[in-house]
Amino acid sequence: MNPIFERIREALAPKVTEAAEAHGVLVLQAAPGAVLDAAGLLKDQFRFDMFTDVTAVDWLGQEPRFEVVWHFYSTAHKLRVRLKARVSEAEPVVDTLTGLYGSAHFMERECHEMYGIVFRGNADLRPILLYEGFKGHPLRKDYPKELEQPLVPYREGFEMPGGE
Amino acid sequence: MDIRIPNPVRPAFTKTERDDTTIVNIGPSHPATHGTIQIIAELDGERVLRTDVHCGYLHRGFEKECEAHTWHNLIPYVDRLNYCSALINDFAYCDAVETLMGVEITPRAKYLRTLLSEYSRVADHMTCIAAALMELGAMTAFLYMVTIRDYIYEHLADLTGARVTYSYGRIGGLARDLPDGWLKRLEEILVQSDDFLGRVHGLVDRNRIFIDRMRDVGVLTTADAVNWGYTGPILRSTGVPRDLRKDTPYLAYAELDFEVPVGIKGDNYDRYYVRMREMDESVHMIHQLMDMLPDGPVTVDDRRCVLPDKKLVYDEIESLINHFKLIIDGPQVPAGECYVAHESANGELGFYIVSTGAGVPWKVHVRAPSFVHMGGAHRMLDGYQLADIIPTFGSINMIGGECDR
Repeated sequence: MNPIFERIREALAPKVTEAAEAHGVLVLQAAPGAVLDAAGLLKDQFRFDMFTDVTAVDWLGQEPRFEVVWHFYSTAHKLRVRLKARVSEAEPVVDTLTGLYGSAHFMERECHEMYGIVFRGNADLRPILLYEGFKGHPLRKDYPKELEQPLVPYREGFEMPGGE
Repeated sequence: MDIRIPNPVRPAFTKTERDDTTIVNIGPSHPATHGTIQIIAELDGERVLRTDVHCGYLHRGFEKECEAHTWHNLIPYVDRLNYCSALINDFAYCDAVETLMGVEITPRAKYLRTLLSEYSRVADHMTCIAAALMELGAMTAFLYMVTIRDYIYEHLADLTGARVTYSYGRIGGLARDLPDGWLKRLEEILVQSDDFLGRVHGLVDRNRIFIDRMRDVGVLTTADAVNWGYTGPILRSTGVPRDLRKDTPYLAYAELDFEVPVGIKGDNYDRYYVRMREMDESVHMIHQLMDMLPDGPVTVDDRRCVLPDKKLVYDEIESLINHFKLIIDGPQVPAGECYVAHESANGELGFYIVSTGAGVPWKVHVRAPSFVHMGGAHRMLDGYQLADIIPTFGSINMIGGECDR
């Protein structure tokens, strides 16, 4: 394992439950409550200055259902870290990283609308790729792909092929 | 019929901060917005005080659709992310799947992918600069660059069969090898491209009007750029040589000789110049790659992902079953996840894929540079003139396909 990864693993040991290297990326598993602290340490101590991505994976049928996935990149070490936390469907809440990284603003909005993950502390979780009033979270596995929610109503008498 | 269509967007602000300012809406369908984007801006006279940038008008459920197709069948969707340099998307996606499968592509495919990535980068930068210049009224420069871009599109159509969305990448290699005479024509185009790029340099580099509109407009500091997730030419224009091709080399980039051009202070002029210089470097790389290109197959001999030879499909039952299983079930990608990032023309293009071991992905997530850049666009727009939105926005090169997915 890369020596910097080793140091991160030691420093973050109390906060993360698992740490392993996969395909050149350090993968950390943490409890939802520990994410903000872990990200703060990564940024301040290990110079992971770029927050590249946040998304979620819907493991429908498992408990906890969602896995929120963050990716960090260090422009100094040229290394990547992936941080993961499982949250339940009943309480899909993690802390926002907007206090650490500006880029978190937009990406958390996308993750919120697509999966319904709530980023505690991010006041602006308006839809960004979807629109105001969109019902449900389309990237959840139980959201049907064919479901339509047109903002502009169809013409009278028009029937969706194979529709409701 | 009474149709009241609700506003799809809730602006971040609807009241002005002062009583002598005004809020205007620009876009999403305005000739000057350079893409389907909506900007809500508070103005003091012609000075922009704050902006609220909205994207998403081209959202088409890319990630949802990917989960309903086999790993191979979604390649045409990947093409439609950044449609100015579709091949880079293809190769980044295939690289991600190959990483998960543990497939190493053949040397010829590796060098060809590198060559075509750089060729696409030239086409992408040409499009970006041409459009940005045209919006400032430089029609001649636009026509020069679009001429070359069209040569490139036609040339790529000879190879792939399509001008814009190529579907040329395959998991495990490429769709087909180069046609006869393709490299000869490539050399001709590169000579013409050098000539036309020189003319554009001559037209605008020291042009008073151009400098006035571009210099010290839309300034971004390095710290700001990193904090807001900027990558690619925009980050480099702030003066740091951050390039995934150098920092985390993939494909054949470790073997190539090239420089990473950087700007001085991250304004519009620097972004223009960094892109112009990057095209020179790309052409330099293409020349090297043409000499390095080895002979051999363009796909790996791995029946988990590559279709068997057509003749065998007709001749023997095993190959027929193999073909059938690959088409109907899709390549069986081992369970796991990986994140692979390539340096696309706009910055870091990352694919985060999750497999459960099936022929259909559990999740395909794209980390699109344009989307992240839109999140920080207000840092470049606020404080400048209303008219500066157009060149600044042009220099960001927002591509709706990858931004809205």
